[in-house]
This record gives sequence, structure tokens and C-alpha cells, in this order.
Amino acid sequence: MSMQLILTKLLLGMGVSVQLFVLTLVFSLPLGLVFSFGRMSKNPIISNITKVYISIMRGTPLMLQLFVIYFGPYYWFGFTTSTGYRFVAAAIGFVMNYAAYFAEIYRGGIESIDKGNYEAAQVLGYTKVQTFFRIIFPQVIKRILPSITNEVITLIKDTSLAFVIGVSEMFTVAKAITSATKSVGAYVIAAIFYFVFNFIVAFIMGKLENKMGYFERESAE
Amino acid sequence: MNIFEIKHATKVFNQVEVLKDISLTVSEGEVVSIIGPSGSGKTTLLRLATFLERMDGGTFSYMGEPAIVEKDGGYSYVSKHKIKQLQRYFGLAFQNYNLFPHFTVMKNITDAPIKVLKRNKEEVYEEAKALIKKMGLEGKEDAYPSQLSGGQCQRVAIARALAMKPKILFFDEPTSALDPEITQEVLKVIRELAAEKMTMVIVTHEMFFAKDVSDRIVFMDKGVIVDQGTPEELFNSENERTRAFLGQYYNM
Ligand SMILES: Nc1ncnc2c1ncn2[C@@H]1O[C@H](COP(=O)(O)OP(=O)(O)O)[C@@H](O)[C@H]1O
Ligand SMILES: [Mg+2]
Repeated sequence: MSMQLILTKLLLGMGVSVQLFVLTLVFSLPLGLVFSFGRMSKNPIISNITKVYISIMRGTPLMLQLFVIYFGPYYWFGFTTSTGYRFVAAAIGFVMNYAAYFAEIYRGGIESIDKGNYEAAQVLGYTKVQTFFRIIFPQVIKRILPSITNEVITLIKDTSLAFVIGVSEMFTVAKAITSATKSVGAYVIAAIFYFVFNFIVAFIMGKLENKMGYFERESAE
Repeated sequence: MNIFEIKHATKVFNQVEVLKDISLTVSEGEVVSIIGPSGSGKTTLLRLATFLERMDGGTFSYMGEPAIVEKDGGYSYVSKHKIKQLQRYFGLAFQNYNLFPHFTVMKNITDAPIKVLKRNKEEVYEEAKALIKKMGLEGKEDAYPSQLSGGQCQRVAIARALAMKPKILFFDEPTSALDPEITQEVLKVIRELAAEKMTMVIVTHEMFFAKDVSDRIVFMDKGVIVDQGTPEELFNSENERTRAFLGQYYNM
């Protein structure tokens, strides 16, 4: 196999990894916020269901969750799934799993905001929705950005888990090339790709954190 | 005209009655100071009046419009919608300012008039500039609260409340977190507001300030209004508890 072919295949694999990464973030970041509301709900049924969901997602291996989502439709309902379902199953698994982690991060952030913000907003006549999105959430974002960055970096590496259900992301491709060429070169190149991907994401997140530094963490006094 | 009126207010926390049958009327242009030892219920009274806490008994109203009405033999709060309307009548300066830390001074002052009252942005900015000048905060328009001193924060908080054009402004110990010199700059702006006949209720430990700014001083202790009157009346009161309380300040 020529070097060029190896690189092309790996790049295509990386494209799949990036897609999985982007899709996961686009859906799990908002979904995590919804779950955090559920978790903090005054309704005990909603808050308990969300709590159990979050602890299952965080307490069991992501790999196992991917298996359940990929094989579940066949074993439980007898549906035969097409190969296209592999990627979909991986995306669903990652979104469900990461939303649970993000939910806990949001919750921690929301609960750390000084109650005085809510009282000042109420006296000034802001609605509940305005209070959350104008006053509370921007402060939450700034506070939780470092934790979000950690999860995002982990996600880059986690995308390689999609290998277990045969999604042709970069790690799956690297493994296939390695067995065909009997050389670990593809793994080395894949490692470099992951590293560069990481580097770029860390750089972007760092820029974001700087941008959020416009006001100090605490108000005066 | 009565701007604010509260009658027979009671509030219970954990089976302890922290306010017992409080009645108070504030008429237009009047400056009322509330003094009293810590724990006497002053903050709780302001929190009831500003809907931050629910009353357990009694009624209150702004501009003659009730916040609590008789209903099915009992008393209950008016609708959420009506409460929103009543909220426009008052402003509150908190003890610890409660400015929005992620907003600049300008935005802290202009955001609510624009987003809550849906007023014209240019107009609101013009008014805010005038308020900033009045509060002695020129040059701080783009600063964040974390970059300001406590006295500056409290003046921003007062400007933020005034930008909503309230009929009455409540202050909860506006200077208790401040150094003596910085206290004076905040008291100065409150004095100016008094001179403009702004209706105000001020909870304070600054006795000399209360004496010369107020039309009336109310002395609260253990959840009741023990004594009240003009500054002269109160400072020459025969009431034992009033004398004992004020005595602490004179002996200092
Ligand atoms: N949220 C609350 N829960 C329980 N007790 C409270 C609460 N707020 C105030 N209290 C109690 O009510 C009493 C009056 O408090 P407060 O109104 O803050 O007094 P002041 O402002 O005059 O110092 C105090 O004994 C205080 O401990
Ligand atoms: Mg108090």
C-alpha cells in the first residue's frame, strides 16, 4: 500500500471522527442543559428520572452503551439495521453519554451563581426566561468553560471507541491498514492526527476562555 | 398621596414570628428611615414590600393598588401579571449591591429599561449618562463591577434602580459594607435624591445621616415598630427602648 493511499484512507477516517465529534457537541451541549433543568426540577418524578439516567450514563462504560444502542434494535425488536446505522448508533450513544456529563457540569455552574442575581433581576422585573439567559447563563458559561474543555478533549479520544461497532473512523481505519501492511506506521500517523486535532481544539477553547475573562469571577466584595 | 402602605404585616420563619403586626405608610416625597438593632426584622420588612418574601399576614399596596386582596374569606396575592405592574412602582438598593458582574456599569443601568420596559435604546442611554453623572461615576461607563470600589458599586446599584423610574426607592443598609469615607459619598447621593423629593425608605445604622435626611424615623425592635416620629421627636423620645438604642450611638 502506498504512503499516499494510507494517508488518504486515514484522512477519510479522520473526517468521520471529526463528524462524530462535531455532531456530539452540537446535540449534547444543548441536551445537557435540558437534562440539568430536569435534574434541578422541583418535580420529584422528573428530577429522579434524570438523576437515575445521569448516573447510569456516567456509571457504565461508553463502549457498553454503544453496544446496547447498536445491537439493541435487533436483539429486542428484531429490526435488521443497515450498515449506515453504525454511525447513527455511535452518534446517538455519544450524544446521550456526553449530555449526561454536561448536565452535571451545567448544574454545578448554575448552583454556584450567587442568589443575589436572581433577586436583583426579579426586583427589576425580568421574566424567568430573561433572568436565566441574560443574567445567569453567561456567568455559568464562563465558570464551567474549563470543565467543558476537559470533556471536549476527552471526546476527541473517545471517538475512537466507535471502532467497537465498526464505524470507519480514524482508529478503525488505522487498525485495518496495520493488519494489511503488517506495520504500525498507520497507528503512528493516526496518533499524530489525534494529537494535532487535540492541539487545535485546545487552542480554540483557550481563546474562548480568554474571551470570557472580560469580567472577574466574583463581583466586588 | 400614599405611595406605599403596609398594614398588619406578619412574617414567620421556622415558627418564629420575625415581624409582628407592622403597619407603615409612606406618602409622596417622604423620606422614612428605619433604624433598630440587628435581627429586628428591617430587612424582612423590605423583602416583603419588594415581593422577595411572601407575607404570612396583613396587606400592602402601592399607589392605592393592593398587592394582597381579600378572597374567599382569606387573603391572597394578586395575579402574577398584576404583581409585575406593581413591581414598576418600587426600586431596591441591596445591602451587597447585587450588580450583574458580567455587565458593564452602562449595561447594568440600561439593560432592564430596554429589555423589561422595552424602552427606546437611545433615550435610555441618554438618561443613563445623566444618572452616571449625577452619581459621580463619569469615566466608569465601561468598567465591570469587579473593577469598582464598594461605594462605586452601591452608586451604580442606585442608578440601576433609578433608571426604572420608580415611585419609591428602598435601601437596605446601603453603606453597611463600606469604609467611613466611602460611606459619605453614598450618603451624599441619597441626600441629593432627598432634596429632589424622591420618596425613599432607608434602613440604616447611620444615625446622624438618618437624623438630617429623614422626614420620619421608625425604630424597630424584635419585629415590632416600637417608636416613630420626626427626627426631633425620636431623638427626644421618652420611650425607654428608643433611648437605650440611641444611647449606644451617642456614647460612641
Ligand atoms: N430566610 C430566613 N429564614 C429564617 N430566618 C430568617 C430568614 N431571614 C431572616 N430571618 C430571621 O428573621 C429575623 C429578622 O431578620 P432581618 O429581617 O434580617 O433583621 P435585620 O435586617 O433587622 O437585621 C432574624 O432573627 C433572622 O435570623
Ligand atoms: Mg438587615
